[in-house]
Amino acid sequence: MVFDPGLLLNAIVSGLLLGGFYALATSGLTIAFGMLDVVNIAHPTFIVLGAFATFALNQATGLDPILCCLILLPVFFLLGRGFYDVYYRFFERRGDAAIQGLAFFFGVMFVVEVSLSLIFGPNHQHVETPYAWTNLGIGPVDLPVRMLIPCAMAAVGIGAVTLFFRTTFIGRAVAAVGQDEGALRLVAIDPLKIKRLAFGLSLLLAALAGGALLVVQPVDPWAGHTFIGRVFAICILGGLASMRGSWMAALLFGVIENVTATYLGPSWSPAVAFGLLLLTLAVRPQGLFAR
Amino acid sequence: MRFYLGAVGVTALVFLAFHLAGIEYLWFTAYVVVQYVVLATAWNILGGYAGYVNFGSAAFFAVGTYAAVALHKMGIGNLWLMMAAGGVTAGLLGLAMGYLTLRLRGAYFSIATLSLAVLLQTIITNWSYLGGSRGVYVIRPSEVAVFTSFVEYLFAVMLLLALAAICIARYIEKSRLGYGLAAIRDDELAAEASGVPTLRLKLIATTVSGGLMGMAGAPMPYYSTFIEPASAFGLNYAVNAMAMPLVGGLKTWVGPLVGALMMGTAQQIATVTISSAVNLLLVGLLLIGFLMLAPQGIVGLIKGRAKR
Repeated sequence: MVFDPGLLLNAIVSGLLLGGFYALATSGLTIAFGMLDVVNIAHPTFIVLGAFATFALNQATGLDPILCCLILLPVFFLLGRGFYDVYYRFFERRGDAAIQGLAFFFGVMFVVEVSLSLIFGPNHQHVETPYAWTNLGIGPVDLPVRMLIPCAMAAVGIGAVTLFFRTTFIGRAVAAVGQDEGALRLVAIDPLKIKRLAFGLSLLLAALAGGALLVVQPVDPWAGHTFIGRVFAICILGGLASMRGSWMAALLFGVIENVTATYLGPSWSPAVAFGLLLLTLAVRPQGLFAR
Repeated sequence: MRFYLGAVGVTALVFLAFHLAGIEYLWFTAYVVVQYVVLATAWNILGGYAGYVNFGSAAFFAVGTYAAVALHKMGIGNLWLMMAAGGVTAGLLGLAMGYLTLRLRGAYFSIATLSLAVLLQTIITNWSYLGGSRGVYVIRPSEVAVFTSFVEYLFAVMLLLALAAICIARYIEKSRLGYGLAAIRDDELAAEASGVPTLRLKLIATTVSGGLMGMAGAPMPYYSTFIEPASAFGLNYAVNAMAMPLVGGLKTWVGPLVGALMMGTAQQIATVTISSAVNLLLVGLLLIGFLMLAPQGIVGLIKGRAKR
């Protein structure tokens, strides 16, 4: 094969764009898994749930999917709070969060997926947007709006959450709760309240990622599966609790995956992604970008 | 010794009852349930005894299936050889996975097993000799000596494998190996400090558990006659292998057996009477319900009753 710099450049740029979406998909998990130590294996499925909820609202009202997604965010925030309550009461407080809790999320994942396929059918669902096929190409490089929007959503969403964590008192408490609950109690904050809030934020970000996913590609109820490995890989590569780390890991991941897909064929790209995760876990479990 | 004789006796009785019933469809359905007994028991050796949650059961199962497919392609159609190949390949895979990932604990280990499953699925999907993504047809021999039909033969073989799996599980449970694994489950650091060879024990557990799952997968080509990666690596194997011991009760060999018989039968009934999607929903809801309300499983519930 003749080396074509345009092809490689395109693969890298679209990989970066894809990485932006991955960053958004991972951000919620960074909160749940990285900060709260809740192994929410169902996170990608919540993203798919967000996509389907957006789809349903879009079909019912005819509003733009991104707007629908934004309308749904508070619902998912509340859902996350309630969900954490259940998890806390039945698993974390009992002290057997490890096996049972993990299996619980696995079960939730399964139930949500099957319910979605019973309600919407097993087919792919997608929305038509006026901007879906617009391409802001610069020279030989493609910049599809379909991919730029998720990137922008990622930048705004993750930026806002990071700002919240850095600057507000409650936000700092979220960052602290995973590290030392006792210390939090000493300054008269209820750790449970903080965790509930954080998990609400986690699902809110999942719904945002779901809206983005619907813009990027058609979604079927089982679409979460392909993302489980990716989001956990990115989260671990990024050093778990670090929002910035998971951004960088997501971009790296997107580029590697896309370059592989371009040169070896798309059917090989999961192998690279998961291989990278396995390798990271085996060699450097604390992540590439750990502090 | 009495236990093993009793187990052989019960197995023989079960086979006799099903043989006398003489319904092809019954053997066909019972095969699936018994297959889940093997999978659940195998999962429990690592997950229940040692506390390492394996999300990748489907990978071991599928590796067994594809080892059998490969052998069949080479012209070796003997079921026992196929099962041996499946068991050895999946056992080796278990050993390799153990070496690669057993330094990881808790959720990290589980996620690693899940990624291993996806990795293997990608390789198989791209491996055209084994059918690739299009799948591969395997022709079932039309008849077999002694048995009424080949399906009955498959059922009998699977029943034997279940017997073997339960005996192995019970043997491990009562041996030094089992106590070592229990120590790892309760506190790995403390176990290591008290001189339990944790890595070696865990490697034995992953190998035995993986090998049994592979053997359970090996007769699959003859059972379903069409094998393709998406269904061979199907998530319902992974979920069921984990859900059944959790519902039945971890820590003993009885739990997976009870869980698999109960949930397996319920699923088969639901598939026939309602629909296969509802059957999956049932599994998920049962799993969640049991985890929340009876964390010790059915066995735990009964034991709790007996104590009071």
